[in-house]
Amino acid sequence: MFQIEFDTNTVVGIDLGTTNSLVAHMSATQPEVILGADGDKLVPSVVSLTPAGEIIVGNEARRELIDHPDCTIYSVKRLMGRGVGDVQQELKLFPFRIAEDSESVIRVRLGEKTFTPPEISAFILRQLKKNAEAALGERATKAVITVPAYFNDAQRQATRDAGRIAGLEVLRLVNEPTAAALAYGLDKRKEGIIAVYDLGGGTFDISILKLQEGIFEVLATNGDTHLGGDDIDNRLLHIALEDIQSEWTEDISHIGEAVQTLRRDVIKAKEALSFQPTAQIEFEWRGKSYHREITRELFENLIRDIVDRTLGPCRNCMKDAGVTPEQIDEVVMVGGSTRIPLVRSAVEVLFRARPHTELNPDEVVALGAAVQAGILAGTVENQLLLDVTPLSLGIETYGGVVSKIIHRNSTIPASASESFTTGVDGQTNVLIHVVQGERELAKDCRSLARFDLKDIAPMPAGMARIEVRFLIDANGILNVTARDARTGKEHSVEVTPSHGLTLEQVEAMYEASIEHAEEDLQTAQVAQARVDADAILLAIEKAKRNDAYRELDDNERRQIEDAVRGLQSVYHGEDHHLIREKIDALNDVTHHLAENMMNTAVSSALKGTKI
Amino acid sequence: MTRDYFEFLELPRNLDIDPKDLEQRFYAFSRKHHPDVHARKSAEDRAQAEEAAAILNDAYRTLRDPIKRAQYLLKLEGFDIGEQGTKDVPPELLEEVFELNEAIEESGKGEALEPFRVRFAGMQGEIDTELQHKFAEWDRARDRAILAAIRGLLNRRKYITNLIAQTNVPD
Repeated sequence: MFQIEFDTNTVVGIDLGTTNSLVAHMSATQPEVILGADGDKLVPSVVSLTPAGEIIVGNEARRELIDHPDCTIYSVKRLMGRGVGDVQQELKLFPFRIAEDSESVIRVRLGEKTFTPPEISAFILRQLKKNAEAALGERATKAVITVPAYFNDAQRQATRDAGRIAGLEVLRLVNEPTAAALAYGLDKRKEGIIAVYDLGGGTFDISILKLQEGIFEVLATNGDTHLGGDDIDNRLLHIALEDIQSEWTEDISHIGEAVQTLRRDVIKAKEALSFQPTAQIEFEWRGKSYHREITRELFENLIRDIVDRTLGPCRNCMKDAGVTPEQIDEVVMVGGSTRIPLVRSAVEVLFRARPHTELNPDEVVALGAAVQAGILAGTVENQLLLDVTPLSLGIETYGGVVSKIIHRNSTIPASASESFTTGVDGQTNVLIHVVQGERELAKDCRSLARFDLKDIAPMPAGMARIEVRFLIDANGILNVTARDARTGKEHSVEVTPSHGLTLEQVEAMYEASIEHAEEDLQTAQVAQARVDADAILLAIEKAKRNDAYRELDDNERRQIEDAVRGLQSVYHGEDHHLIREKIDALNDVTHHLAENMMNTAVSSALKGTKI
Repeated sequence: MTRDYFEFLELPRNLDIDPKDLEQRFYAFSRKHHPDVHARKSAEDRAQAEEAAAILNDAYRTLRDPIKRAQYLLKLEGFDIGEQGTKDVPPELLEEVFELNEAIEESGKGEALEPFRVRFAGMQGEIDTELQHKFAEWDRARDRAILAAIRGLLNRRKYITNLIAQTNVPD
């Protein structure tokens, strides 16, 4: 029968954020965030390639943003599952270096190398995995990873691919606001309607849920995958750059290091403004300095339209959920940007309820992911999440018009079946273009993939009948299967994702990452063996000047000389086993020498002592 | 073939359904079928759960909405609920439609169309009340003539919904 391997202790919950990422797990009683080696809960979602070709992640990488901006990347989540054409707007504001050879999948340049966004996210995931393994003392190979609720199919697939590349089996992708509701729901088994307002570094989500007897039923979700704290930072950055240009008569906006330093300084001011009425932007660059006081009033005027942009999706979400503000019992705030007083007051006014802020808005999503991990592992009972698909799924029909087959806010898994036939005599394949979005025309929606129904037996037009089943699974990812309605046989479908990696590419990246890991290990072992070789060679060099060496016979001295040459001959090789072997050989022939030296040391010590 | 939505939720083919009862069934069956509950099983079992949960969700989505529920039942009972009949103006609405078209041509938008909107919404309300009666009748008598009447009402309703959409011209 089936041998099912499932260690209940190893499912971790991961919040793979735009700005920061966290890993959490279910302890005996509650979800807990796991600390990194540096004692920090938050791992900045920053990846840097060192001159030595080593990848560093988190706080360490963040320091490189200033010194090596060309080799360092942040906010890569904004690029996940997107094509070059989609990100032109981002490129104006973010220092992403898109490689020229990018095709349907973006490649980002880090120094001399290029990586896809899932590979970069995989570096972050691998760090979190390592942190979890170090803290828990066991392997972490299975994970629940959170995604913005409004992520489309391609963005979800890219996230799952990142997990795979990092060597994680992604048991479930969970929507961030839903995860937050789970984290809050744990200690309050309440019934009612909850709104989760999630304004993170790069994305905005609003979800409305109904809570009843442990079931978290998402009624509707809405959002904007390109709205967040980064946009607020850019506003401040923009005015600071303008000031500097007029004060210094120098445009520093093209100097990566300067902009990164300034960005860090404006973020400091932004964060301070959540707790005090004024804050200072203090910036120094090559002996010049810029200083400006920002009042909360100015700040609020600067960002009001960004905050307002979150309210439209909130209203639409209430409409789709069929609830009025009065019916909403609780509002939960998620994401670092919800610390901003203006955001809080806007939410309070809209929903007419004081928002919950008991849990740390940076941690609540990871905590919820850990709860979901517990649900999947069977350690958390009675709770069940019923989530929805954020966007309608449709197929392109004649004239580029979209025929919707699964509507947005449908509970997932959701499915639809459609029958396809040929339009021309003898036609042997049918191409289905699947899109996601609410617009009428396919060109205004998001292209997901093209599915090619191949090898249709040639027959008169309209005679073939192929039943295609579209299933959006519990991760919000589309699966397509086809069946010949006449024969009942499974029909092959060839998938060309519009902006994603193929299964083969993901596997190749995973293999490469393992190879690299082995390569890295190999390099480290060789380096260590050389360090040990250096130590013994140096010791012998010193010993030769010792009386004890002279007391050895010719044969012994020759053996040592041979062994030293033996070690030197393999020293520069890449085989650490061989180096170790020669070190051991050298050790073996120097036993007598070592004894002699001990004796000499003792006798010389004795010489200076009066008996 | 697979079970229909009523069978799946262990319900008789009734049209008058208590939404609270339907929700309770949906939750109970979700606890049974949702992929999360089957996460520790074999890949094959998980795929089956995914499939069952998809049908459950599709069933709930269809049956919770009275109009979709009625359309679904008509189809199950062999009634053709295609597009025909919806393009031709129902005779009793001829005058209304004529007036509406005239009003749209004249002023075209917004407030001028408000009286039409109110009138059509009223008609829709009447149809909904009538449908409710027919639903209860079907549940009692299981008479196909009632279903035929329901089909007529649904077509009329669809026509009126389209008219209401036409009155929603932005200013």
